[in-house]
Amino acid sequence: MASSGSGYDLSSSTFSPDGRIFQIEYASKAVENAGTALGVKCRDGVVLCVEKPMLNKMLLPNTSRRIYTVDTNSGVAITGFVSDGRQVVSRAREEASNYEETYGTKIPPTTLADRIAAYVHYFTLHGSLRPFGTSSLIASYDTETKEHSLRMVEPSGVTYEYFGCAAGKGRQPAKTELEKLSLNKPDAEDNMTAREGVKQLARIIHLLHEEGKDKPFELEMSWLCEESGWEHKGVPRDYIKEAVEWAKKAIEDAEEDDESEDEDEEMQD
Amino acid sequence: MNYQSYAPSTYEHDGKSAETRNLKPGELSTGTTIMAIPFEGGVVLGADSRVSTGTYVANRVSDKVAQLHDSIWCCRSGSAADTQALTDYVRHYLSQLAVETGRAPTVKVAAHLMRKLCYENKDNLMAGVIVGGWDPVEKGSVYNIPLGGSCIKMPFAIGGSGSTYIYGLVDSEFKEALSKDEALSLVKKSISHAMARDGSSGGIIRTVVVTESGNEREYVPGDQLPYGPAGW
Repeated sequence: MASSGSGYDLSSSTFSPDGRIFQIEYASKAVENAGTALGVKCRDGVVLCVEKPMLNKMLLPNTSRRIYTVDTNSGVAITGFVSDGRQVVSRAREEASNYEETYGTKIPPTTLADRIAAYVHYFTLHGSLRPFGTSSLIASYDTETKEHSLRMVEPSGVTYEYFGCAAGKGRQPAKTELEKLSLNKPDAEDNMTAREGVKQLARIIHLLHEEGKDKPFELEMSWLCEESGWEHKGVPRDYIKEAVEWAKKAIEDAEEDDESEDEDEEMQD
Repeated sequence: MNYQSYAPSTYEHDGKSAETRNLKPGELSTGTTIMAIPFEGGVVLGADSRVSTGTYVANRVSDKVAQLHDSIWCCRSGSAADTQALTDYVRHYLSQLAVETGRAPTVKVAAHLMRKLCYENKDNLMAGVIVGGWDPVEKGSVYNIPLGGSCIKMPFAIGGSGSTYIYGLVDSEFKEALSKDEALSLVKKSISHAMARDGSSGGIIRTVVVTESGNEREYVPGDQLPYGPAGW
């Protein structure tokens, strides 16, 4: 659905007659063309995951990161323009470091997200600058209240707190899948654990990925949970492997169930 | 009298006392006794009330216990001007931080801010501060920030010129997990003893009891001190 800006889309400091800033919307399109990034807030931690399409067969695997540690208690996953994302992460690191230097305590999650959002928003106001073409998923742990949280900053500079969020190519089907997970039960004890979260995210990514149509991809995952000592760390590689195997099997099993249901229907004729 | 002809090397004394040496002419000193003791559920802060310029007592009922935020207080010693300026800055930064983060700052943050100012301006300041208060993370806590700008979290803290006379007393009487009344009476007793021996400390004893539910300010008049000329 390509909307014509007809002259109101040349600068991010211009509103259109119907109250939109097209440059920001185009920036969001740039994010939508890139690999899917997912985040879930589980009972005992936050899990982040990014699908990295292997653009070039000669690329060394497991290089070219999409998930970065901003401080021991915070991590950011980016999707969209990777170079824009790196700039945002660099700023996030500065903010976290300055906060700790001034106030002697780790930056609270809301403050970090607000500062990143303010930075991203700044680039939507100036005629000479272009908006960031990245969405940043922020997993963070508040050392004072002992609570973990997941937030996302979009190219427009808005930030919200989520149970589960998705950005990038497969975000629509991903959101549907995320809604099926136990993330927001009335009784917190019924919610998913971070370990479960890793498996489910691997499954969702593989579900979305269509063999033959999309490029081969790598999965990058990180978590900030009780098991990681409330520090942002990469999920151990062997656990990712285990999760991917489980995911592939779970998808196969689901497909068989669908097929056998079809067979039953035929036999009833 | 000039003793130069007797002494093997030349020693000249400028006539200033050790406490007032670094003060500028006419500057007020809170040569002082201050202390803070945590207890089960909060912190007790206490101070004397004498402000002197040399031998003249400029204010005999001053308030050396200042509020930095709802449940964060500090005791001031050293130059009155310096400590008042520091207190004002920290109060300002803390209130701005509370607005940005949406929560009350912790005592650790207040102490860190105070220490940052003291350390970075150490050449121009003469300030010894004790920051104490209650927050939901650490409960009652006390931080001692002496002259150079170091910041140390302590089980209890004493400071000011009068504190030297009561180290032994406080060391022997202090216990972990005191009750509120025990902590309050220890503060009053210790400061009384210091006031009895330190010329730069005197007047009344001001105390603040800081807990989760709020702050209680009190003072002990100079003729009702637990120890001192009136009680001998």
